[in-house]
Amino acid sequence: MDLMEKNLELIEVQKLEGHTDRVWNAAWNPVSPILASCSGDNSVRIWEQSSLSRSWSCKTVLEETHTRTVRSCSWSPSGKLLATASFDGTTAIWEDLGDEFECISTLEGHENEVKSVSWNASGSYLATCSRDKSVWIWEVLGGNEYDCASVLNGHTQDVKMVLWHPTLDVLFSCSYDNTIKVVWWSEDDDGDYQCVQTLDESTNGHSSTVWAISFNAAGDKMVTCSDDLTLKIWGADISMMHSGEGYAPWTHLCTLSGYHDRTIFSTHWSSDDIIASGAGDDAIGLFVDSKQHDPVNGPSYNLLLKKEKAHEMDINSVQWSPSKESRLLASASDDGMVKIWQLETTP
Amino acid sequence: MVSGLINENPTVYERKERRVRTDSTNTDEFSVEPIDQLEIFDILFFDFAIVNIHHIRDIRDPEHPYSLEQLKVLTEDSVEVDDLKSYVRVTFTPTVEHCSMATIIGLSVRVKLMRSLPPRYKIDIRVAPGSHATEAALNKQLNDKERVAAALENPNLVEMVDECLSPSFE
Repeated sequence: MDLMEKNLELIEVQKLEGHTDRVWNAAWNPVSPILASCSGDNSVRIWEQSSLSRSWSCKTVLEETHTRTVRSCSWSPSGKLLATASFDGTTAIWEDLGDEFECISTLEGHENEVKSVSWNASGSYLATCSRDKSVWIWEVLGGNEYDCASVLNGHTQDVKMVLWHPTLDVLFSCSYDNTIKVVWWSEDDDGDYQCVQTLDESTNGHSSTVWAISFNAAGDKMVTCSDDLTLKIWGADISMMHSGEGYAPWTHLCTLSGYHDRTIFSTHWSSDDIIASGAGDDAIGLFVDSKQHDPVNGPSYNLLLKKEKAHEMDINSVQWSPSKESRLLASASDDGMVKIWQLETTP
Repeated sequence: MVSGLINENPTVYERKERRVRTDSTNTDEFSVEPIDQLEIFDILFFDFAIVNIHHIRDIRDPEHPYSLEQLKVLTEDSVEVDDLKSYVRVTFTPTVEHCSMATIIGLSVRVKLMRSLPPRYKIDIRVAPGSHATEAALNKQLNDKERVAAALENPNLVEMVDECLSPSFE
């Protein structure tokens, strides 16, 4: 099925209103029709889809916990826990008890604003990052206990996002220092996490702040987006990593430029291989592999469509729904809205 | 302990006469006038006081209550605006080359514009090329939306910015 040959449109399904300040991030629950959004109004909103009407409504508001902007939120792989990272320096862990959410733990340690939080594939580890330039790895113990397993100080500036690889326990972080760092567990020196690779300008990396990272479903490709107005695609031989042959380095495959003229704040790779981007130009971009096998230049990506004025202000987050039924995309913006879109073929 | 001002003797320039708009042909009260350079110039020049802060606890002690225009921090050429594209770029010249005030000035200019312009506007702030020792680093920080948002949640910084934006003394 070649998407490029169809007439595709991004249709606005619903506008979710409620936040009273900019919305920084939206995250789909991996198992249920639930969406979490977090905001400069210091709260997190949980939106649920009604099985009858199919429309989304705000089920609950998580407030009175974070005392400053909630910058990002992330569901555990089981879908039962939600981690929220805040400018107040803490990361809260919430449990979905059915009719309400309870804050079961608060992770403290960062010296200033926490920017991002990520669960590993098995839900046994969490990672957080901050303007204090560090990345913290937390071990998930039983009984709502979380223990700091490692503090990594590789970045030289504010760390914008952390993300665990979808299948391996390898951690990625991107920063205001323009680099992407790759960290994994090494058994040398009593075992600790070590930075095994840094993707910077010398390896075809970004020339300004890197804001986000996303992996394809297989985990052998990743996309990053930046203040340098580009998206970059990277690849690695992860079968080598899976078979225990050691670390396989990431290499630059392709740079997508000229599609956005303001900072690209977010990017997300869907399970059916469509890359979404959200930027300060108020637009959402969708990209697909051109499927042109060029042995010299490697893979290339084409713009599938650009939705201009998707929001009235900057788009801070784009996230594809894990649902296999339809191609749903959530976007969060400075205009205080969360929007749900559907990618449809028009007759 | 430094007790003196960062900039003891700023050069003070003559203030321009406030220009009166002479176009009175448009009598439709509901028409939307495009925002132009003059309007942004007015927003920045006439409601802006610069305060020299040498000691964070003494923010209520304005030493040089002159406008940014009088100190030539902003000039007529400072403002580039395109109303159709909802874009504005302001270039400012800090009074001293390694002035720590540059961050406060830049932040204050951004806040003033954010409060005065429609939300559709994209705002870029930068220091005049060659006017500051750490120009690239400063420009990057002034235009990182997340850093600006976090800074504006700091009550001390907000107080300093509000002090800068309080109406001039004349």
